Amino acid sequence: MDNIAPNSVTRIMLNVLYALIPGIIAYVVFFGWGIVLNIIVAIITAVATEMFMLALRKRPIKPFIMDGSAVVTAILLALALPSLAPWWLTFIGVSFAIIIGKHLYGGLGYNPFNPAMIGYALLLISFPLEMTIWLQPDNNLSFTQNLNYVLYSSLNDINIDAITMATTLDTVKTQSGLGHSLTTIQSNYPVVFGQFAGKGWEWINLMFLLGGLWLLYRRIISWHIPVAFLISFSVMALIFYSSTETSPLFHLFSGATMLCAFFIATDPVTASTTPRGRLIYAAGIGVFAYIIRMWGGYPDGIAFGVLLMNMAAPTIDYYTRPKAFGES
Amino acid sequence: MSGNIIKAKYQFHGGLKLKGHKEMSMRSDIAAAKIPDKLIIPLQQHIGKPAKAIVTPGETVLKGQCIAKLDNGNNVTAAVHASTSGEVITIEQHPLPGFVKQLADCIIIKPDNEDKWHPSVQPVENPLALDKESLKQILIEAGIVGLGGAGFPTHIKLVQDKNIDTLIINAAECEPYITCDAMLIKEQGSKIIQGIQFILHALDVKQCLIGIEDNKPHAIKTLSVALENSNIKNIQIVEVPTRYPAGGEKQLIKTLTGKEIAINQLPRDAGIICHNIATVYAVATAIIEGKPLIDRTVTVTGDNVNQPRNLQVLIGTSMQDVLDECRYTPYGSQEIIMGGPMMGNHLDSSDYPVIKTTNCILVKNKEAESPSLPCIRCGECARVCPANLLPQQLYWYTRAKDLDRVQDYQIFSCIECGCCDYVCPSHIPLVQFYRYAKTEIWTQEADKKKSDHARQRHEFRQLRIERKKKEDAERKAKKKALLQKKQGIDTSEQDAKKAAIEAALERVKSRQTEQTAIAKNTSNLTEEQQKKIEEVEKRRKAKLNKQNKPEDK
Repeated sequence: MDNIAPNSVTRIMLNVLYALIPGIIAYVVFFGWGIVLNIIVAIITAVATEMFMLALRKRPIKPFIMDGSAVVTAILLALALPSLAPWWLTFIGVSFAIIIGKHLYGGLGYNPFNPAMIGYALLLISFPLEMTIWLQPDNNLSFTQNLNYVLYSSLNDINIDAITMATTLDTVKTQSGLGHSLTTIQSNYPVVFGQFAGKGWEWINLMFLLGGLWLLYRRIISWHIPVAFLISFSVMALIFYSSTETSPLFHLFSGATMLCAFFIATDPVTASTTPRGRLIYAAGIGVFAYIIRMWGGYPDGIAFGVLLMNMAAPTIDYYTRPKAFGES
Repeated sequence: MSGNIIKAKYQFHGGLKLKGHKEMSMRSDIAAAKIPDKLIIPLQQHIGKPAKAIVTPGETVLKGQCIAKLDNGNNVTAAVHASTSGEVITIEQHPLPGFVKQLADCIIIKPDNEDKWHPSVQPVENPLALDKESLKQILIEAGIVGLGGAGFPTHIKLVQDKNIDTLIINAAECEPYITCDAMLIKEQGSKIIQGIQFILHALDVKQCLIGIEDNKPHAIKTLSVALENSNIKNIQIVEVPTRYPAGGEKQLIKTLTGKEIAINQLPRDAGIICHNIATVYAVATAIIEGKPLIDRTVTVTGDNVNQPRNLQVLIGTSMQDVLDECRYTPYGSQEIIMGGPMMGNHLDSSDYPVIKTTNCILVKNKEAESPSLPCIRCGECARVCPANLLPQQLYWYTRAKDLDRVQDYQIFSCIECGCCDYVCPSHIPLVQFYRYAKTEIWTQEADKKKSDHARQRHEFRQLRIERKKKEDAERKAKKKALLQKKQGIDTSEQDAKKAAIEAALERVKSRQTEQTAIAKNTSNLTEEQQKKIEEVEKRRKAKLNKQNKPEDK
């Protein structure tokens, strides 16, 4: 295989999109069509706001729309949302991500923060209720029911509480906070646990891992960020294994871990760019994400971990410049 | 694998695996190109100062005759010879490929097609018995320069220095399309080995490594066989992985020896001298046949070149003639490149002469330029950079015109190999930015030097004026002091004089008052007389008033 990376931004973004497909399929299998609807709303919003902003900034629209970066942002944000989300939630998150998170900083290549995570953080802080309605796996909601909820925020005759619940990570956090041991939690809430992590989530993570490995193989991303992130995250989980009773394996395959490792933390624009810098950057995300996941007030800590390290990226880059050829 | 072939132990960072495109020009043997109707022979085909023409228009010259010599006292230059016999038409300015200074003096020769050799072209007898200096002199007279691309006069790199222990022969030929070195090795293996012996002798060095990319098995084998037949033990062939730019001088040294030559260093600082393999061949012919550098092997290849091949072209032949000989049919939007596609010089036409550094004439279809997108910091450029730089940071700071930062990020280590350009997904012409930054820094430094000079001059002038003022003031003070000293001596005398003058003045004054007192006859008048005078005065005044009245009215 040639050691040349695909030679255009569009091809990079397209490859990222392909790599997301297995994970999205797993998502649909376990949680229904809602996520697809979210993705569609997100893409429409992203493309529309991107065009609007490009027109406002008097930039050529076609090459920048074709680069696919807005679509990737949209899908990543949609994947972070609960699958049962009203359209306006997605709309607010995505348009904020594109307008504030991306274009006000100068557009593609100039944004210091990961736009998808900026949008997610905004929604999490502003709409905590909507952001915590998670469907339980195998909920048997039909496509039309999902569509109905996206459009009108209602499921008609179905009581929403009957089919929604806290996520696996949330359940573990709240219950162990109440003093329950993991085995008690597992027997009390069998529906959220799968083989070794959250039910459904373990498969989704596995599929994102697969997609990520493919990206590595295609040399779309370098190994530094995923490896450093997964190692630091596992080390954190290992250190606190006995006190939290949750294994590194459980953490690796719960929540957005794999999505972060291969698709979010690897956003080149907002990550560190030197090889050593990338290791530090990703290890930092692992530490923060674990701390926030376990002891923070939010269901998962990935977004804030990423945003925190985004801030540090320029400084990390400055101090990790590799030695030039012949430089002593 | 033969005993004299080893694999490279080290590797350089980055680089690219490029498609070779080499097969097409390697199908036929090297053939001599036709003698053209006109030869344009530049006086400068090398780094350094131009040579000085020693022929005049109208003069008949013979093949191999020296037509331009080293300028007296200037070492970094190379002699130029007539590529064939004929008449010197004129000496005029002509555009030159691949040099910053585009227009250069060229000797124009009209060949007589007799191709008659000059009598000075004689084989050197028993060259290895010659002392080093005379061997070097032969190469100086043969006008040999580095044929790999830079055109550095070869004799300069034949210094004798006890620290130099390794001769490296660069046969990597890493750029796509170019095959002239590989073909030359294939056909002239034993002569090349002889050339290496001469250089080893001239340098007084014991060890030689030939670096060659592993995509040239044929050339490697030829060299190996030639080496075995020659019974020389201190020359080793080193196979390096095919990865552009393996043939970059510093990259090759790193691959072969593990040594990194810093930006402000020369290979010789690390005990290494590096020569291109085509140069070695030129050295060999200059010594064995006495033939100066009047022709070279040129790869002619690319899109719409119907007979891509290697030709032995006389220096000064127009590129168009060479392309015609390889049946090039122009089609659409194409460009002529001297050298390879990565680092070659993109020419605006084929109206340039083949010079000593023309290793390849490449025709390429112009690709539709895709517009540049912003840098997304993907880091591909850093991954492929053979100088281990951070190209995207360099780009960033160049755009911001933060030239200090650009230098912090080691811009001058950039060898402009174009790897970053090649992989950039945003299609940013990165090397152009670096060239701009380098030029800008050079200009600024030159300006700074100039202004420093001016400032120094100004400051010196100020200092001079200041000093003069001070000196003047001191001189004045001294004078004054001296004067005062003098005055101090004479005070009593002067005072006496002054007193005498004053006394005299006093006397005059008193005498005057005496005289006036005597002169006034109205002073001792009686009261009656006084009264009468007053009355007279009154009347006179009244009369005066009466007379003035009519006028007043």
